[in-house]
Amino acid sequence: MAAVTSAGETPPGATAARRAGMQARRRRRLNAFRYAVFAVFGAFFLLPLLAMARFSLEGARLGTWSVKAWRDIASYQGTGIPPLLSAIEITLELAVITCAVMLVLLVPTMIWVRLRVRWLARTIEFLCLLPLTIPAIVLVVGLGPIYNKIQHISLSALMLFWVYVILALPYAYRALAAGLGAIDVTTLSEAARSLGASWFTVVVRVIVPNMRQAILNAVLLTWALVLGEFTIAFLLLYTNLQVELFSISRNTPNAGVLFSTSFAALAFAFALLAILSFAGRRGGRRSRYRP
Amino acid sequence: MTSSPITGTRDAAARTAVEVRMEGLSRRYGPVVALDRLDLTVQPGELVALLGPSGCGKTTTLRLLAGLEDADDGRVVVGGRDITHLPASRRDMGMVFQAYSLFPHMTVRQNVAFGLRVRRVGAARRDERALEMLDLVGLSAQADRYPHQLSGGQQQRVALARALAIEPQVLLLDEPLSALDAKVRAQLRDQIRRIQLEVGITTLFVTHDQEEALAIADRVGVMRDGRIEQLASPTEVYSRPASSFVAEFVGLSNRLAGEVRAGQVVVRGVALPLVDSGTPEGQAVALVRPEAVTLASPSSPEPGPLVGTVIAITFLGATSRVTVDLGDVTVLAQLQTAEAAALPTGSRVALSIRPDPVLVAARSKPAPVPGDET
Repeated sequence: MAAVTSAGETPPGATAARRAGMQARRRRRLNAFRYAVFAVFGAFFLLPLLAMARFSLEGARLGTWSVKAWRDIASYQGTGIPPLLSAIEITLELAVITCAVMLVLLVPTMIWVRLRVRWLARTIEFLCLLPLTIPAIVLVVGLGPIYNKIQHISLSALMLFWVYVILALPYAYRALAAGLGAIDVTTLSEAARSLGASWFTVVVRVIVPNMRQAILNAVLLTWALVLGEFTIAFLLLYTNLQVELFSISRNTPNAGVLFSTSFAALAFAFALLAILSFAGRRGGRRSRYRP
Repeated sequence: MTSSPITGTRDAAARTAVEVRMEGLSRRYGPVVALDRLDLTVQPGELVALLGPSGCGKTTTLRLLAGLEDADDGRVVVGGRDITHLPASRRDMGMVFQAYSLFPHMTVRQNVAFGLRVRRVGAARRDERALEMLDLVGLSAQADRYPHQLSGGQQQRVALARALAIEPQVLLLDEPLSALDAKVRAQLRDQIRRIQLEVGITTLFVTHDQEEALAIADRVGVMRDGRIEQLASPTEVYSRPASSFVAEFVGLSNRLAGEVRAGQVVVRGVALPLVDSGTPEGQAVALVRPEAVTLASPSSPEPGPLVGTVIAITFLGATSRVTVDLGDVTVLAQLQTAEAAALPTGSRVALSIRPDPVLVAARSKPAPVPGDET
């Protein structure tokens, strides 16, 4: 027998169906909004990059295509400035050295503070975050005398790593602190110690592998900082990639090389970001920590 | 049967178990005395459970023994060797922690083999030993899983296998079951005891769960304020508690006013033998176990010192706890559920107290709250 519904009364099934329909419509509207926002912001970032790429591939005559600007990266030498390739090399070496020094300095210190001297944690955090609050120009003024002395020992732009490590501290510290906070460092280290592991083994074989994602994040942020740093290198009279690009644009206006090199640097940073985040995701899936 | 990766001995149970001695151990955290000149000797192959409320110093004792903390005073002697100043990594002790402590980036097999790897045991032997230990705890099928793919109980079993894999002199268990649900807890508790007996290892087990301690241990040490209040077999701790604290901490107790005279305590007209025959005469509070109280329908409806009204029944499974109001005091009785069912709430009942030896506390104690677990 069919259900009898009085006039004006909605059957429960119909109410549920209407509610489900409303939810579906709301979900569709929300998705459309998300895609629109994503498209607008994507265009905002991608269009200049695409324009840059297109410009770097511009041939001698307008509207033609050429890879000459890309080929010139390896051999380009502006007037009165070092070869472009050496600036790229220096910057990459600086990035590697800065990342290595930052990790060697920060990872054991932070683990040690977490395990043995927790009362120092706030002080360390304050010291690490301090560079964020100091403008680059103030840093340069402060570091000027020190770099005068350093330049007596070595004139290499690689010496910039000292200041870059300081600049990277806040970002690297935050990334590593998040990683350390996600694992029970005390219990893991005590378990390892009770099994006969030395402190070195505890750090290298137990704690660091569980901070892999955090370490990758710290490396990525440090890397990005070094690749993009201009002010300090310029003011301390060193030539890194950004200073070189600036010099090319000022003294030898070869726009093709300028854009191809800039685009290559950006593409390299993006590729690195993708690789690190992919590697981190794989590691994270395998060693998902559940305290 | 297990075998030693270090000595190559096939039968680990045949390995000589060691005695553990803690002499005058003290530990302070600022003004707080966590351990107050504690003396404890664990016989070779024995399982001693340290039981006590939070902050009584039981975990501190374990951590001092493991070398995870330094003692302010006293010494630790294991197998006749003073190890007080030896770092944790050189103490040769296996430890299972309260928190899940498996290394998340390693498989179960790698976790169990970790201690052997640190000891530079060859890969093949390491693997063989890891599988033996996993077999012992019934988890060899999970050898290649990661910790996050295991349940809490399985993780603790792996932690036990990992602790045993290095063939330690002493096994330390720091509330390993506290994060598990009741059923898994009981199963794992029995498994730990079986393995401990099989391996024959000297073991110190820390817990705040009295049932766990009484079920698993050869001897139970009840701790309070950094000291051991009583160290005895579970039966003795339960039936002949050394102090009112022990009596009230281990199991439930009714606090009934009475009078000590002629080596007995008289409670509401019933003479009960004393645990401590040297108890001074006079007014006292007798600590009577709920299972020593039996209930029956009264022969006469007239009120008497042992006639009361059932005011609550708590179902516990096979047994039930019945709360009886005697007018001036309430008394707990633990009965078989079938017996308790015959005494509905509000019914009049007559109490009788089994003449088990009871402990008395000073009369000056705070107002009695029968059945309160401290």
